[in-house]
Amino acid sequence: MLKVVIEEERCKGCALCVDACPAHLIALGSRFNCHGAIPAIIAECDQARCTSCAMCARMCPDAAISIYRELKALQDADSRQ
Amino acid sequence: MVARKVFARPVSLKDVATHFCPGCQHGVVHRLVAETLDHFNAAGRTIGVASVGCSVFLYDYFDINVVEAPHGRAPAVATGVKRVHKNSLVFTYQGDGDLAAIGTSEIIHAANRGEGLTVIFVNNTTYGMTGGQMAPTTLPGQRTTTSSAGRNTASDGHPIRMAELLATLDGTAYSARVAVDSPGHVLEAGKAIRRAFGYQVEGRGFAFVEVLTTCPTNWGMDPVAANRRIAAEVIPFFPLGTFVDRSGDER
Ligand SMILES: Cc1ncc(C[n+]2csc(CCOP(=O)(O)OP(=O)(O)O)c2C)c(N)n1
Ligand code: SF4
Ligand code: SF4
Ligand code: SF4
Repeated sequence: MLKVVIEEERCKGCALCVDACPAHLIALGSRFNCHGAIPAIIAECDQARCTSCAMCARMCPDAAISIYRELKALQDADSRQ
Repeated sequence: MVARKVFARPVSLKDVATHFCPGCQHGVVHRLVAETLDHFNAAGRTIGVASVGCSVFLYDYFDINVVEAPHGRAPAVATGVKRVHKNSLVFTYQGDGDLAAIGTSEIIHAANRGEGLTVIFVNNTTYGMTGGQMAPTTLPGQRTTTSSAGRNTASDGHPIRMAELLATLDGTAYSARVAVDSPGHVLEAGKAIRRAFGYQVEGRGFAFVEVLTTCPTNWGMDPVAANRRIAAEVIPFFPLGTFVDRSGDER
């Protein structure tokens, strides 16, 4: 399941999300997007390690990141409350 | 696996790319204002008043009505708009060159009259749009295109702390300074902006939020280094906090 979705064509490659992720899951890629920026990427295998904390998305000046959380994780969190 | 979206672009923010430079935190402030408009479900009855500076294209980015004000005059234009459209939410969005230099008179008198406006003041310590000139908010020693040896307080004066200054006026109901340099600060900034709009929703008077932001391009720094400068140099001079918060009962 994808917890972090980075909209490649909205990303300006500023790396503020890279700097914000406490688990160091995001990096800048290696190819340019249509606007000449090098967009941020997250490897498929790192999606599982993501806690859906949304720190990356909060720092993004371009609202290029959406965050999803597993419903099971949400239910567990609810039942703990 | 079933998933739920826990963070997404606010609907009050149009789904378009902005002209802002990479890492420019005008984008974060735009998103936080849009999140607040979503919260109050108020986009349809909100009128933004844009200033002159890099944030001049408010109407391209927010799904709301926007009036364009002459440089520095947004609080005066917003006064007229709010007095005519009493049930609308009216806010100005101004840079530090706009609000603290050419528009000093307008902001002080709008606050002093206690106009029921929300003012979002984006302090990036420079004139961004015109190429990084010294602003009244430029830090002592900061190099800009018009202070190439660094701001000299003996000849250029000291930076103005607008949030504190406006808090001294009886007309100001709420005045706070926030930053967006860390996820925690972004959360706090969002709360302050929501509070400032909440004051207007409840008709409690003039509310002001100063947001410390970066201008990586004119600071000559990459966005991450510019962001670190906020905690290292800018917050020590412009402390975060709430300088006045008059609840309805006290007034
Ligand atoms: C009457 C008038 N004087 C000067 C200018 C030139 N001017 C355009 S934007 C600007 C300052 C913008 O700086 P700021 O308000 O800090 O906004 P930023 O671009 O940094 O977001 C100036 C002086 C103008 N457009 N109109
Ligand atoms: S949601 Fe949190 S853990 Fe996941 S990539 Fe973003 S910052 Fe990292
Ligand atoms: S913070 Fe946003 S614009 Fe900057 S690199 Fe990350 S996704 Fe791209
Ligand atoms: S010049 Fe500065 S304030 Fe203007 S868009 Fe670029 S980084 Fe932002």
